[in-house]
Amino acid sequence: MRTESNSAPAVALAPGTGGANSPGIAPGAARSRGPGANHTPRWRKIVFFAALSLLAIPFVMPTWWMITSSLKPVSEIFAFPPSLWPTEATFAAYADAFTLQPFVRQYFNSVYIAAFVTLGTMLISAMAGYAFARIKFRGQNVLFLVVLIGLLIPSEVTIVPLFQMFNSWGMVDTHWPLLLATTFGAPSVLATFIMRQFFITLPVELEEAARLDGLGRWRIWRLIAMPLARTAMAAVAIFTFQHVWNLYLEPTVFLQTPELFTLPQALTRYTDAYGGAMWNVQLAAATMTVIPVLVIFALAQRQFIEGLAQTGLKG
Amino acid sequence: MTSPASVRPGPAPGRTTERRRTPAYVRRDAWTGYLFIAPQLLGIILFVLVPLGLIVYYSFHEWNVLADTFTFVGLENVEKLFNDPDLVPVLRATAVFSLGLVVFNLSLALLLAVLLNRKWRGITAFRTLFFSPVVISLVAWTIVWGFLLQNDGGINGLLSLLGVDGPNWLREGWGAMLAVIVVQVFKNVGLNMVLFLSALQGVPGELYEAARIDGASNRRLFTSITLPLISPMIMLTSIITIVGSLQVYALVAVLTQGGPGISTTVLVYYLVQQSFDFHAFGYGSTLAVLLFLIVLVLTIVQWQLRKRWVFYEN
Repeated sequence: MRTESNSAPAVALAPGTGGANSPGIAPGAARSRGPGANHTPRWRKIVFFAALSLLAIPFVMPTWWMITSSLKPVSEIFAFPPSLWPTEATFAAYADAFTLQPFVRQYFNSVYIAAFVTLGTMLISAMAGYAFARIKFRGQNVLFLVVLIGLLIPSEVTIVPLFQMFNSWGMVDTHWPLLLATTFGAPSVLATFIMRQFFITLPVELEEAARLDGLGRWRIWRLIAMPLARTAMAAVAIFTFQHVWNLYLEPTVFLQTPELFTLPQALTRYTDAYGGAMWNVQLAAATMTVIPVLVIFALAQRQFIEGLAQTGLKG
Repeated sequence: MTSPASVRPGPAPGRTTERRRTPAYVRRDAWTGYLFIAPQLLGIILFVLVPLGLIVYYSFHEWNVLADTFTFVGLENVEKLFNDPDLVPVLRATAVFSLGLVVFNLSLALLLAVLLNRKWRGITAFRTLFFSPVVISLVAWTIVWGFLLQNDGGINGLLSLLGVDGPNWLREGWGAMLAVIVVQVFKNVGLNMVLFLSALQGVPGELYEAARIDGASNRRLFTSITLPLISPMIMLTSIITIVGSLQVYALVAVLTQGGPGISTTVLVYYLVQQSFDFHAFGYGSTLAVLLFLIVLVLTIVQWQLRKRWVFYEN
């Protein structure tokens, strides 16, 4: 942190750039008013970015290592000194990933479960969050507290009884527990909380005007409130997708048939006859799991980070 | 009697002006409200409250799944808990993990946010880099780190280039715990970083200018203006991070399997192990109740502390 003389560490921002309207993710565009932003000597910037690059290594290297190692022949994976680039790229590990497990099927499972839970959570949290924020009904506060309990309880706490419940309904070794308990249970409460925080900030006048135009509650929600809730919904979508895509304990507990596995669960099952990890295959499968999400993130990263930042601001 | 307001359904035709202020839509509204929260509420009742009641019920029972026995034993599981020689090491591992995670995570997140809170060209790219592990699947991330941290893995390979003989990270007590913490921090610190960035940008620039005119040093600006003003966000992130740290299961399961010994067996891992590996559902439920109580106490304590050290503008 070496920006001593001319700018406070936290605040090389020009005055007036703060606030909810400027999430500050917008690139570059040097401002002329900030005392620190402009007059920083070039060499100081270079030192600064060099330090940042060093800091970034542990964030970037694992992904780099995963991708390059998945392309290396087995003999080269543990080569010494480690090579940052495969000498001769091979896709053998990728081919193995598909033959050792029903990887396509597992991929499809993860995608459709994540899609179902994300869309479902967006819908029920937008409805519940809206009602808790804007509609008056008896018992509102008590019911909100009841829902908030879901925030307090790690799903690991309830996994044993949930297993028993789904077992008695004959739903173990199906996708139902993942779809139902995740969409309607504790994981969706954070989403409802975020949506409530957002809807509280909407001006009353908007709804009163709509009311005068003869709109009912349902249409006010659908036509007035929801279109304004885009960033909050984006944040909910990201949080939820992340959560579902990463679920590990629940699939491990509920699923036994490899055809039903989800990706995180499948990744750990690429082992040889002795239970040892088949590193190159694991890394190839992990790469295939990670790349699509990274690509989507790269394309939409501004929405990702802005959505999160704005929600955090209001949370 | 026949004033316009009394046309609306409902008795009390006399109080005309008040009736006009509480029109029928308010009552229809209430029903819409119940309808809107119904899916979420029913979900919580069915998938959270009922299971919560069940773990309390189960914890009074000895339940051997393999032998298919389910017998009431009263407080025997609690007794077993207090006599469990593994309990203290497990709780210690849980505390070390949570504490290490929170301290390391929050300070790194704050450092990154402060560094990246400027409008230079290229800063956005770095924000993206630091955030990117957040979107990577946790198990994939953990597998790669497991690969890197092996005795003959990449980390020790790099260390040996510097002439340092690295330890066998995942097989030595403190190394394994350190590894678990570090891997988790680099995975998720981007989330807290973004939240801190948003908080930093809510700090009005005028405050700094005024203070600087008064001759305040940069350190003083940071401790007297920045920290107090972003304290609500520090509060929020610390709650999220602490409660989150108590739920870290996949990381331990994939990276260390609780080892070496039980040095990285945190409470969540232990309860899953007892329930599903050792088939002791009754004892597992007792551990679940314990975990729940810990989370509850921590949340209440943090909520109380909030009043002490969180500064709100209004």
